[in-house]
Amino acid sequence: MLTLLFDGIAYGMLLFVLAVGLAVTLGLMNFINLAHGAFAMAGGYITVLLMNRLGVPFLATLPLAFFGTALIGAVLEPLLYRRLYGKPHLDQVLFSIGLVFMAVTGVDFIIGSTQQNVTLPAWLQGRFDIEWVGIGKYRSFIIVVCGVLAVALQWVLANTRFGSQLRASVDDPRVASGLGLNVNRIFLLTFAVGSGLAGLGGALGAEVLGLDPTFPLKFMIYFLIVVSVGGTTTLTGPLLAALLLGIADVAGKYYVPKLGAFIVYTLMIVILLIRPQGLFARAGGGK
Amino acid sequence: MSSVVLETRSLLKRFGGITPTNDVTIQVHKGARHALIGPNGAGKTTLINLLTGVLEPTSGSIWLDSQDITQLAPHLRVRRGIVRTFQINQLFSELTPAQSLALTVSARLGISGGWWKPLGTDPRVAPACEKLLAQFHLMDVMNQQVKHLAYGKRRLLEIATALACEPRVLLLDEPVAGVPEGERQEIFDIVNALPTDVSVLLIEHDMDLVFNFASSVTVLVNGAVFAEGSVDSISNDPRVKAVYLGESEHA
Amino acid sequence: MTAVAQSLRAHAAWHWWEFALIAALLVSWLLLPSQALLLNEIAILALFALSLDLILGYAGVVSLGHAAFFGIGSYAAALFAKLVMPDPLVGMVVAVAAAAASGALCSVLILRGTDLTRLMVTLGVASILYELANKLDWLTGGADGLQGVVMGPLLGRFEFDLGGRTAYAYTLAVLIACLLLARKLVHSPFGYSLQALRDNRLRAGSIGLSVNTRLVVVYTVAAAIAGAAGALLAQTSGFASLDVFEFHRSAEVLLVLVIGGTGYLYGGIFGAIVFKLLHDLISAWTPQYWNFWFGLFLVVLVLAGREKLMRPWTWFGSKA
Repeated sequence: MLTLLFDGIAYGMLLFVLAVGLAVTLGLMNFINLAHGAFAMAGGYITVLLMNRLGVPFLATLPLAFFGTALIGAVLEPLLYRRLYGKPHLDQVLFSIGLVFMAVTGVDFIIGSTQQNVTLPAWLQGRFDIEWVGIGKYRSFIIVVCGVLAVALQWVLANTRFGSQLRASVDDPRVASGLGLNVNRIFLLTFAVGSGLAGLGGALGAEVLGLDPTFPLKFMIYFLIVVSVGGTTTLTGPLLAALLLGIADVAGKYYVPKLGAFIVYTLMIVILLIRPQGLFARAGGGK
Repeated sequence: MSSVVLETRSLLKRFGGITPTNDVTIQVHKGARHALIGPNGAGKTTLINLLTGVLEPTSGSIWLDSQDITQLAPHLRVRRGIVRTFQINQLFSELTPAQSLALTVSARLGISGGWWKPLGTDPRVAPACEKLLAQFHLMDVMNQQVKHLAYGKRRLLEIATALACEPRVLLLDEPVAGVPEGERQEIFDIVNALPTDVSVLLIEHDMDLVFNFASSVTVLVNGAVFAEGSVDSISNDPRVKAVYLGESEHA
Repeated sequence: MTAVAQSLRAHAAWHWWEFALIAALLVSWLLLPSQALLLNEIAILALFALSLDLILGYAGVVSLGHAAFFGIGSYAAALFAKLVMPDPLVGMVVAVAAAAASGALCSVLILRGTDLTRLMVTLGVASILYELANKLDWLTGGADGLQGVVMGPLLGRFEFDLGGRTAYAYTLAVLIACLLLARKLVHSPFGYSLQALRDNRLRAGSIGLSVNTRLVVVYTVAAAIAGAAGALLAQTSGFASLDVFEFHRSAEVLLVLVIGGTGYLYGGIFGAIVFKLLHDLISAWTPQYWNFWFGLFLVVLVLAGREKLMRPWTWFGSKA
């Protein structure tokens, strides 16, 4: 049972890193980006291709996955996304669905639809056996990396100038821009970092979650659950929501495999029914 | 003694560490022309939001005709006769003035749920709309979508919509905000011409309009009632002047 | 009649092109018997899109899971025909009732919260139904779908032929009936109150309209019509499969409606025609990667401006 908890936490941390970019995009630009999963997929494929075709060691591919995806994000943001910030949510939904379909079929076309295999370096394979609990080494690695990222993000947000500029822009972009903050630049950086994190999450998760062209569609709903339940005004909200989701999903699939993802969806609906603004959001926000 | 039609008792609203409405007890008498004034941030709009049910009070109560309406849903309060206008126009952008007013009149008549006959077939609707459109000089734009209307016309529609509800208590939140000087009196003439049994609570910054229109005044400062009385006594009250002067010193 | 009364009357009056459209639909059954199967598909899609227009175009609710009700109608009709009786009209009534009940139930979920919350909840419901249909395979056939649904003759007399002519006539009848019903609805005070709700929920409440009741009603009606469309699919094709609940179907109907235009009731029909034709054209050329072009179309559509699509005179820079 503890193993389950541990796996659930690992899954949850992974989901957090994957979804945090989405939360910030929604909170900052009020943009519902359903294509977020495509960035995660991109990171996963960068890692896999670098490893399998160019023999790059796993650890080295991780920062490359991050920066590669961040770069894609940095290009797409001013090119495409920026034109849609003020538009109604319906338009944003349609646009991002379009992007996802393009990404999914594009990858299918270029690389093929088979699942990609990630061969982890030897030191990450296997388990620590502590008494009666088996703790996967890779999952521990994930928890550590994601934990460090979460702490780093929180630190940047709370203690750096960029962080306070970001928070100001989330609260009120017009006032922020009136105060001389370069809101465009903030959006660009944030979007790039958020996409990069998704890419990193995709790279980390390739072994655990599986990687094939349908990845963005399969996991889109999970990212959205993290964001809608966790809210977009804090970092801890999505973190806790992701952990809750991870543990619930792992436990649900183990104890009641017949129902599968049913439990997670129902849980989400119940939560949103009781607190429509998310479990952890400040009351009275959003539109 | 005229009867009290709307009152609050120790109304309190607190959230997130601020208290925008602090133990407010006011009374609006039938047929009143009562102004609510105070510096920016005094909590005037919050009070209106509490009165209309958009916000829930932390404690205290609201009474209409001696009945406790504190728990009553906003749309039900409208049906009991409490109607407000908004400081920032809140209109139906895709509809036309004719349609907006026809819908509002239908709502007032209780037929807004009808789904079989088209809007406006009830013979009571068109004449009521006609009257309001003419009164507010909206006849020439009655078939244009609201989103294409100029600001002045929108402001007129904002108030016309409230009047279409045939309010017993009308809460006007800065009705002439953004309206050019020359057109302000027009709006006030319309409000002045309201039947005497309609009670009006007016939030306003333009003191000339307040003193022309109102007969009694409540001054709100930092969410609490600072002073209350007739227009004359308030306009001569040195404390009130200090509050306003003090504000303009820091402005 | 006064100017105001005239103006209100004019909005509800029948326009010439409405007559022309309905006439064209009826004529298509007469003149294009060989295309009946394709036309049937278009009509079912049009009906589905019409139901979405009621909640999206008129009430302003963005739903990513409208396929939930389509699917419920589909499976209800299929199961009813298989397990109880094969009469199509009785089955239709049952399917519509099931979809309406589900709509009423689910409408509670969309009353509060932001656009994102609503998106998530509608998506969640459709996903749950997909999972349920998948897992309850003893009832629904699971991933293989519910096969072998044989329908009895329509009105006791008209057998469903392989060419689809009876099917198309049946679908057309349902489509036109629902269209007329929806038309009544949107021109009535209730219909205008929906638009008020969409344009400014705050003000709608402030003129005395009960927002929640209206949302429940329109969501139920839209679910019922979507259920009818799903039932038509099951009844005219003879089976029900999991893809009726798929996200793709919700996305597709959204696009169909957006192509045709939201908020004037006929967008679903125009959109379905354009979409199906485009789909068949492009799939013939590149069957595997249809989704790519679908996606590209969406992206370009949104970047260029949705409202311009059905107004070709605005394509090259002029006043809207």
